Amino acid sequence: MTVDRRTFLKIAGLGALGTTGVYSLPVLGSPESGPGGHGVPAPGGTRWGMVIDLAACRHDEGCRDCIEVCGRVHNVPHHDDPRHEIKWIWKVPYPEAFPMQQHEYQEPALLGMAVPVMCNHCDNPPCVRVCPTQATWKRSDGVVMMDWHRCIGCRYCMAACPYGSRSFNWVEPREALEHQDPGFPTRTRGVVEKCNFCEERLAKNELPACVTACPHGALTFGNLADPDSPVRRILAGRMAIRRKPSLGTHPEIFYLV
Amino acid sequence: MLENAFHGDRRYWTWIGFLLVLMGVGAFFYLQQLRYGLGITGMSRDVSWGFYIAQFTFLVGIAASAVMVVLPYYLHDVKVFGRITVLGEFIAVSAVTMCLAFIIIDLGQPQRALNMVLHPSPRSILFWDMIVLNGYLVLNVIITRVTLDAERNGEAPPRWIRPVIILSIPWAISIHTVTAFIYSGLAARPFWMTAILAPRFLASAFSSGPALLILLCLILIRFTKFDPGWEAIQKLALVVTYAVLANIFFVLMELFTALYSDIPEHLLHFRYLYLGLDGHHELVPWMWTSAFLVVASAVILVTPRLRRQKRWLVAACIGVVVAMWIEKGLGMVVTGFVPSPLETVTRYVPTFPEVAITVSVYALGALMVTVFYRIALSVRGELAG
Amino acid sequence: MYDGGKIVAGLVVFLVLVTVPVWLNALAGGTPRAPELELPRDESRCVEPAAVMRATHMELLDTWRDSVVRSDDRFFTLEDGRRVERSLSRTCLGCHDRKDAFCDRCHDYLAVSPYCWDCHVIPEGGTALAAAGGGVR
Repeated sequence: MTVDRRTFLKIAGLGALGTTGVYSLPVLGSPESGPGGHGVPAPGGTRWGMVIDLAACRHDEGCRDCIEVCGRVHNVPHHDDPRHEIKWIWKVPYPEAFPMQQHEYQEPALLGMAVPVMCNHCDNPPCVRVCPTQATWKRSDGVVMMDWHRCIGCRYCMAACPYGSRSFNWVEPREALEHQDPGFPTRTRGVVEKCNFCEERLAKNELPACVTACPHGALTFGNLADPDSPVRRILAGRMAIRRKPSLGTHPEIFYLV
Repeated sequence: MLENAFHGDRRYWTWIGFLLVLMGVGAFFYLQQLRYGLGITGMSRDVSWGFYIAQFTFLVGIAASAVMVVLPYYLHDVKVFGRITVLGEFIAVSAVTMCLAFIIIDLGQPQRALNMVLHPSPRSILFWDMIVLNGYLVLNVIITRVTLDAERNGEAPPRWIRPVIILSIPWAISIHTVTAFIYSGLAARPFWMTAILAPRFLASAFSSGPALLILLCLILIRFTKFDPGWEAIQKLALVVTYAVLANIFFVLMELFTALYSDIPEHLLHFRYLYLGLDGHHELVPWMWTSAFLVVASAVILVTPRLRRQKRWLVAACIGVVVAMWIEKGLGMVVTGFVPSPLETVTRYVPTFPEVAITVSVYALGALMVTVFYRIALSVRGELAG
Repeated sequence: MYDGGKIVAGLVVFLVLVTVPVWLNALAGGTPRAPELELPRDESRCVEPAAVMRATHMELLDTWRDSVVRSDDRFFTLEDGRRVERSLSRTCLGCHDRKDAFCDRCHDYLAVSPYCWDCHVIPEGGTALAAAGGGVR
């Protein structure tokens, strides 16, 4: 039995076509997005989102209230080695938060300000697409969830996140915790973690901890699917930007500049 | 067949013992990594893949390159490859095994690795990589076993093995293509998000793999009665030549697009690689070494007078293997993370335990190649003479 | 069979080695006493009969865990009308408030080490639970 070159090329070409098709099809279909497509959830549904008012936030440069309360209620460890840091919500200089949305003539106070950043709970999350075990997924209410029981620690999601929102437990997290809150689990070595939009509080009809902790009212949380929600009313009236909009991830965290 | 691996002279056992010691040292540090966590490595929040995944990527290429002897022999009837085809396939088996080992070693929760099978996720490229890599391993184990068995019994291989071998050809291309897709589909990492990544991977694989095979053949010629013939070696050298040239061409394509378009998020990665960024120059000397080696090897290889001399050919092959190892095993993965999506530069240097674990996996691969080659040669009665 | 004697001898050595625990226990004289578990003082009804719990509590916890984490389904109602939160640290330990005298005793006896507690925090006494707002109502 012999296969001549032409037949072989035909077979190989078909095979290549088949495999490439398999990869692109589910992506084009994007099953996570709601029936209305990106950013437009089904009517009457829930799509949690947040608006961060940078003008209100920058009044108080040294304020870390949102960061501290989040760390406390979620048992976020504090490692001294910056390589091992775990971050759920943290502050970065404006140019790092918005690398493509700055210019040198911008208001110096804005360029110098520290912007609170966290998981964007993207409408089209790349981290969910790449996870090989469905340990992270998009809930119907928009929260990008994680199952720490299932995560194998491959860190593909960290490579895929365009916002650096995911952290890995390089070492035992409990040794870097002063106090353990029994209301929430800690994590174990070797799993990835990130902001969960306080889904454990949403389940009890409570606002996320960072929102309630902010003394300046800079954080507004609400249902993007509801035109009368506080977030929608703010967004309808003021110009808001999102981080790296060109990537098509559709973050659900909006910033008022 | 395996019994042949248990008979050998002193030199054989010294070599095996040396490899076992290296593996033992690596096993010790891996146990420490299991106990302490991956924090034992130099990886960090910002550079979250490092040496392990880079070695995995390099070795997928070595595994795929077996196709460069299998394809000419089975499709184009290049008879001179008859004696080395099985050697190429044995390299593939060993390299894929090393790849799988590196993946498991890099997991934060290796005991949960089966979750990939229990909860299959076809949207993840890692899922497909698992399938193609394991499939390639199975294919090559079957092929080597059946063809060598037939050779030992002095008969032609069974007819059914031929379609399996033909299947292994596109499959070899697929393992490196899918491995490239792991990287090139990530919008978060502009350095990797380039359509030429898969072709580039293949070009570097098809140069470094056959170059390694040439070196191994020359070692076998020196220490055993094995002789594939100088023509086969020269044919392989020609494969290396074309693949090296293709690889240089692809790298220049990449550089042109990044430099001429002048988009910072593409440019910064190349600046980090070749010039250094924010005072971080860890990779710069390596990358220039790699560039020099590739060009120098290419010059040797395209000059027929030099390529035909064993001394020059050896130099060129070593140059190609080292250069491609630097390119993929050092530069490619880490640079995707530097600068980070928030445009910060984090220093990454592998730690001693990380290097020791890596060396032990290579020792495992070397052990497999040694044992397989010994079996192959003893089946043919070509052992030490 | 080549080297038949060596193979049989090897198999015998192997069998003796893997059954060492059985021999050691037999020599030590019968089964050790079953552990005594400390039961809740003011609650006699669990979410399932004791026999079912003893045999399948790990599977129950597995389903609870998937319901809560993956389906956001946190509560269910028992036949007697009690509403139960699917929570190891709040519901289970709400009654069995001494993990060391309940969970650990049995787990130690059977030499199993579940990794629940690698992440889930052991509450100190029952008081923390009321504040956390869970458990059985």
